[in-house]
Amino acid sequence: MADIAIEVRGLTVRRGQGTVLDGLDLDIAGGVVTGLLGPSGCGKSTLLRSIVGVQRTHGGTVTVLGEPAGNAPLRSRIGYVTQDASVYDDLTVGENLRFFARVLGCADDEMQRVVTAVDLDEHRDAVVGNLSGGQRSRASLAVALLGAPDLLILDEPTVGLDPVLRRDLWKLFKQLADDGATVLVSSHVMDEAERCDRLLLMRDGAILANGTPGEIKQQGGADDIETAFLGIVERAS
Amino acid sequence: MTPRILLAVARRVLTQLRRDHRTLAMLLVLPCLLTTLLWWMFDNLSPATFDRFGPALLAMFPFIVMFLVTSVTTLRERSGGTLERLLAMPMGKLDFLLGYALAFGVVAAAQATLAVAVSVGLLDLDVRGPVWLLGLVAVADAVLGTALGLFVSAFARTEFQAVQFMPLIVFPQILLCGLFVPRAVLPDVLRAVSDVLPLSYAVDAMEHLTRTSSTGDVWRDLAVVAAFTVAGLALGAATLPRRTP
Repeated sequence: MADIAIEVRGLTVRRGQGTVLDGLDLDIAGGVVTGLLGPSGCGKSTLLRSIVGVQRTHGGTVTVLGEPAGNAPLRSRIGYVTQDASVYDDLTVGENLRFFARVLGCADDEMQRVVTAVDLDEHRDAVVGNLSGGQRSRASLAVALLGAPDLLILDEPTVGLDPVLRRDLWKLFKQLADDGATVLVSSHVMDEAERCDRLLLMRDGAILANGTPGEIKQQGGADDIETAFLGIVERAS
Repeated sequence: MTPRILLAVARRVLTQLRRDHRTLAMLLVLPCLLTTLLWWMFDNLSPATFDRFGPALLAMFPFIVMFLVTSVTTLRERSGGTLERLLAMPMGKLDFLLGYALAFGVVAAAQATLAVAVSVGLLDLDVRGPVWLLGLVAVADAVLGTALGLFVSAFARTEFQAVQFMPLIVFPQILLCGLFVPRAVLPDVLRAVSDVLPLSYAVDAMEHLTRTSSTGDVWRDLAVVAAFTVAGLALGAATLPRRTP
């Protein structure tokens, strides 16, 4: 296993009356693509927000790239895509990118690079509010790629995208990891699991399995991830 | 605080406004139209009456309009996830708040220039003090509205709720600012309340400017308005936690 990029110890998060995460321990390897898989509502987004440092936590520690999560020096090293496209609907794709690039202090040629990476060249001058859902989430993804961050946290970035584009985006994530970045992608679509270097299976706020796709299949005694997941869930209960 | 980021926020807010033609037109033209309406209402009465209400109106419009526009826009940032994204980036809270204040201050300057030009140039509002100072007071009122709007947007979950903060925060200030009943003859309790409301000082400044050419009191009033603005921005910063539930 490569260096540990993210170390979670005893993480507890409560929201409203319920406890979403209860003393979670977890290590995430650096320089690879890790998939965080699990059904909606299992705590994936809460875990991702805790790693980014925008989630109020109630115990435990999260160490990201050697620093406590949320520390100021980390803010320019993490690219974060929330589940909803967090871009300005009344600005064009280009205007959105120019704004976020200025906030991050990146060079101007960064904008062209990320627009091409998410295949939005043709829509650069389109107002985001007029784009389709998939195009909007790509615009949001483009913002996260600005400045080539060391860590990418992507909360369901491929939902509702065309299969060809999904394949291209996974290629992009792989490329980023090969260049040294750590990529953590959440998904509730099991068929995306095969594309990850490592997998985390999450259910009801707990990590049921953590390993390569091959290890997970072996652990669940099945040839595909979905059946393996079921096997692991049944054994755990 | 990083000037680069602050300016980026201000430019972005202005770009958004420029794209929204209807809002921009309302921001600039509406105060002029309403001032003209007021002038027309008093047309059959003794001519001094518009001089009594005109200055207060010049103080109120920028305040009300910027309060509304800011509370709705920042609420959209909070609920749309862009604020969370920005706070996960190297964005200081002051960069965000002052960026907004700067952008709306620029719009307010344009709005004040038009409203003062119409009032003084076309409607013969009698101004004894320097006219540019009238404009400055109007801009200070607008920035005050922006600061309070930023603050209250934290307490609204929907745009519908945000709009309803106007009757709560703005109306009492309009009623107690001395426009309807001079503050000196208000019942003691109400006068004490009006003493701690910022709009009272804004209206007071405008009235000084129209009545006398001495500017000492105007600067004192402006200082009070500025102090309320700083307090509003400080409270606003407190409503922007980087970590949310």
